[in-house]
Amino acid sequence: MTAIRLENVSVRYRIPRERIKTLKEYAIRHFTKRVVYDDFEALREVNLEIEPGETVGIVGRNGAGKSTLLRLIARILRPTEGRVVVVGKTAPLLELGLGLHGELTGRENVLLQGALLGFTRAEMKRRLDRIVAFAELEEFIDAPMRTYSTGMAARLAFSVATDVDPDILLVDEALAVGDERFQLKCHDRMEAFRRAGKTVLLVSHALAQVRQNCRRAVWIHGGRVARDGDVHEVTEAYHLWSVETALAAAAATGGGA
Amino acid sequence: MSSTAALPTRTDLPVYDSARRGWRVAEEARALWSYRALVYELVIRDIKVRYKRSVLGIFWTMLAPLLNMIALTLVFSALLRQQIENYPVYFLTGSLFWAFFAQTTSSAALQTQDSNETAKRIYVPRSVFVASAVGVGLVNLGLSLVPLLVLVVATGFPIYATWLFLPVSILIATAFAAGVSLLLFTFASRFSDVREMYLVLVQTWFFLTPIVYHPSIVPPRYRFALWANPMYYLVQTFRKPIYDGVLPSPGLLAASTAFAVVVLATGWNYFCRRVDSFAYRT
Repeated sequence: MTAIRLENVSVRYRIPRERIKTLKEYAIRHFTKRVVYDDFEALREVNLEIEPGETVGIVGRNGAGKSTLLRLIARILRPTEGRVVVVGKTAPLLELGLGLHGELTGRENVLLQGALLGFTRAEMKRRLDRIVAFAELEEFIDAPMRTYSTGMAARLAFSVATDVDPDILLVDEALAVGDERFQLKCHDRMEAFRRAGKTVLLVSHALAQVRQNCRRAVWIHGGRVARDGDVHEVTEAYHLWSVETALAAAAATGGGA
Repeated sequence: MSSTAALPTRTDLPVYDSARRGWRVAEEARALWSYRALVYELVIRDIKVRYKRSVLGIFWTMLAPLLNMIALTLVFSALLRQQIENYPVYFLTGSLFWAFFAQTTSSAALQTQDSNETAKRIYVPRSVFVASAVGVGLVNLGLSLVPLLVLVVATGFPIYATWLFLPVSILIATAFAAGVSLLLFTFASRFSDVREMYLVLVQTWFFLTPIVYHPSIVPPRYRFALWANPMYYLVQTFRKPIYDGVLPSPGLLAASTAFAVVVLATGWNYFCRRVDSFAYRT
């Protein structure tokens, strides 16, 4: 059974041409019939199949639709058109600071993060020691989070997300946490994930990281799948394209000056 | 298909299919139930964060309404010269109840921002945020019953056996507050000025509801304003067992329950129909 399947998926955001934020304004505009919308297609007719156990890198420049893709799979967003099927429990590798509260202790934050991931308090208490040990925060776990460094907070978030044992792990550029030694530990854990037959989706700008972790890569451009295949081919193509566009842009501005 | 055969096939995995849509009202209810642990954590977080760095801590919740009551009692008993027996108890009962309602609903309207930040990055049923606002309100209401009890004892007012009816009146009030919260949350996620408008509205509403005054002082030709006000029935349902020592009459109980059920059903239905679109707003 496929782990993730996208069939002709489009996501269209409807953006008012002038941002109408207030009810008063809306009421006025509504009566004068001046509410004009633009459609922004974040994804267009995307087809994608990912088998269980695959580690797939998603590359593409900012605004290409990578995060929208991840949100669809995480069921945060429902597609405007098409169909998304996901088999297994997904867990995002939480972005820095999400749901972490400075006034709460590390321990309290772990329980809260676990609840955000859909776990009960009892389940999280069982996992707590292991999470704290992996994050190497034993001494600080009862200190308020506001005393943590960014790296420490990120380590804790990573430990929670990977300890909850999802079938599909969604990673959105969050691997660059902590020092080199911790990075290595993260890599090991991803490796263990893969060996256990779990699916990993890695969205990243760091092509080296994608090559290191994935065998397959998908390049998203302008809301479409530009390329899908062997990680080296795809990242190479994307890299070439990036360099060319950058050079062209430099030439254009250079010519203008 | 050969690759699937190699792996141990697990049939117990949860399947999410965006094309398969159940009855949304039931779907959201199921989702909320499965995330009840998160509601609990959010309530705990809110309360801990609020009191962690304050000297008086949790006692502040109990002290604040008491101080408020003393001030207002002085003002209103002088100003209105009403013949309300044991006015402090009368007023505090009403004002605690009102505080629960006003706090819960306006915090639900405020939750929109916070919840967007979270729900943009991880799947969480959004009703969790409304439920946690209601939960925090309930905890605060429970805490504020302590100063009320203190006041009742201190003024030599009898503690009636009808206090035991409170869970029922609180349940009805909770349903109503939850319904209003759901409506507000949905509006506020669309328009940013809803919260400010609501704060003004709730102020006016407070004076239209017999909290500081007795309903009997309302002239007969303005009585319709009381009868049309759901909070009138709800506050009476809450106050009678404490202040009058009687159970609310069947008519009163029916009216407050009807308002609560209708508003909750409308709010829940409206919320569930709009819930998918929340993620499309950034």
